Amino acid sequence: MSDTTVKSAPALGEIASNGLWSNNPALVQLLGLCPLLAVTSSVVNALGLGLATLLVLVGSNAMVSLIRHQIGDAVRLPAFVLIIAAFVTCTELLMKAYAYELYEILGIFIPLIVTNCAILGRAEAFASKQPLGLALWDGLMMGLGFLAVLLLLGAIRELFGSGTLFANMQLLLGSGAADWGLAPFGTGYSFLVLILPPGAFLVTGLLIAAKNAVDLRRDAQRKARREKAVKGAKRVRTTGHIA
Amino acid sequence: MVFKPVSSPHRHGALSTARVMQWVLLALIPGIAVLTWQFGWGTLINIAIATVTALLCEAAALSLRGRPVGFYLRDYSAAVTALLLAVALPPLAPWWLVVIATASAVLIAKQVYGGLGYNPFNPAMVGYVVVLISFPLQMSSWPTPLGLLSDASQPSLGPSLAAVATGTGIDGWSGATPLDLFKHGVNGQLVSDFVAAQPLFSQALLAGLGWEWVNLAFLAGGVLLLAKGIFTWHAPVAMLGSLALMALLFWDGGSSHSGGSLLLHLFSGATMLGAFFIITDPVSSAVSTRGRLIYGALIGVLIYLIRVWGNYPDGVAFAVLLGNFAAPFIDNYTLPRSYGHSRARRATEQSK
Repeated sequence: MSDTTVKSAPALGEIASNGLWSNNPALVQLLGLCPLLAVTSSVVNALGLGLATLLVLVGSNAMVSLIRHQIGDAVRLPAFVLIIAAFVTCTELLMKAYAYELYEILGIFIPLIVTNCAILGRAEAFASKQPLGLALWDGLMMGLGFLAVLLLLGAIRELFGSGTLFANMQLLLGSGAADWGLAPFGTGYSFLVLILPPGAFLVTGLLIAAKNAVDLRRDAQRKARREKAVKGAKRVRTTGHIA
Repeated sequence: MVFKPVSSPHRHGALSTARVMQWVLLALIPGIAVLTWQFGWGTLINIAIATVTALLCEAAALSLRGRPVGFYLRDYSAAVTALLLAVALPPLAPWWLVVIATASAVLIAKQVYGGLGYNPFNPAMVGYVVVLISFPLQMSSWPTPLGLLSDASQPSLGPSLAAVATGTGIDGWSGATPLDLFKHGVNGQLVSDFVAAQPLFSQALLAGLGWEWVNLAFLAGGVLLLAKGIFTWHAPVAMLGSLALMALLFWDGGSSHSGGSLLLHLFSGATMLGAFFIITDPVSSAVSTRGRLIYGALIGVLIYLIRVWGNYPDGVAFAVLLGNFAAPFIDNYTLPRSYGHSRARRATEQSK
């Protein structure tokens, strides 16, 4: 619980690549899957929940980092949960005030952000051991990584499930966004399984597979590059009869 | 165990995967013939679309995965999946429905898990369920069986192809299946009155006009496979037995809230197709003899539960998928005693 437990502060770039890609909360840590799977049936739902989570994550990371020297080990988890719950309540009230219809649609999943393990996980694993600036940056990057996956999932499920994209964006972005909705397959298109929970699992699984495939290909390329550098070296034979 | 003395010659032709699959295809022929006789060209068109889609998807997935394409295509497993789906889907369904079902079956249920032998769920049933929950309207449009048509002939090939290509169907052509009619029609009437009023039931010998023949044909195909030793009797008999037992237990003499008679449950819907062609899939079912008895019985009970108290008129596909979920668990508790050991050891137990 003190700075002495940390050997060296991580670099800003490393934190960013962790949150956005290599330790992405949704695709690698597989945390916060309940809201991820439940509300991503459209882009506007995904954006609403993603922004709410981002706000809570940044706020709670900052607060936990500020009071990290004052909280004893024994009470740290209840304290973290209290802080997170306070920020979730703020977010909930904000959404009620400015995006009431979206708040109604997202329903129970806004209060349930409290139980999102990604947030508690960052408070415990990172913010409680790092100074304010790094904790803020980590919260922002983890939140953006989560938001990006939510948006991608929402876009894929909305496009192939109900045949629209960016429909009902006015619920979050005001009346100016009312005509953003696209219907590339025409009206009457619907592929219900993608809107239902099985579709969420299927698309999430495919996204995880795609991320792993990209990583594998990148590793293979890196390895090939390294091997090319030592191509001129000769193998030394150490056993057997040398004529 | 009884060791029977067998005279020479002792060499025999081993059953390869391809040979097993060819026998399954052969045993489907009576069912396909009766479906075509009763419901017109739709089934054959389904078969053509599904087979082409399945082979294309299988070849594409295999080459993406860097596997030998020709070797795996020659095991006929994709063709079996395609045929099972084609006979399960409604005849004259829109072409894209068949394509989506087959592509989901081959790509998601089979190749994503690692191909034949690694799929925890029956591919054909996954494909069926994907389209069943996505397109309820198209999936409930079955043609009227031959005996109820006024001119006693199904649409000919040309209009059938046009209906499949445009996805619009043929006017006045679709009707309720026996299970559908029974589920939504019987309310408030005694079963005997209801049956007498509905030609679909009153003109039938066993369960429902047309459908009883389809089920008898699949039963015949299944008995052929059983006689050839392609699968053992345990799972199908357990499934049919437990379904019959449920139907008998809950048969209340035909009140207005009846769940349907024994014959209705055994000879309509996908009962026989499921019993002999779906739950006998060696990959996704339980492995041991005792395990297959439990697996089959579980599916039989689930079919009755879904048909009578569920939202869908037929429940074979859902029941099979739930049974697939349970199969590894069943296997874990029904491991047979291996020779030389006094008792069976569970797969999860530590060896000492």
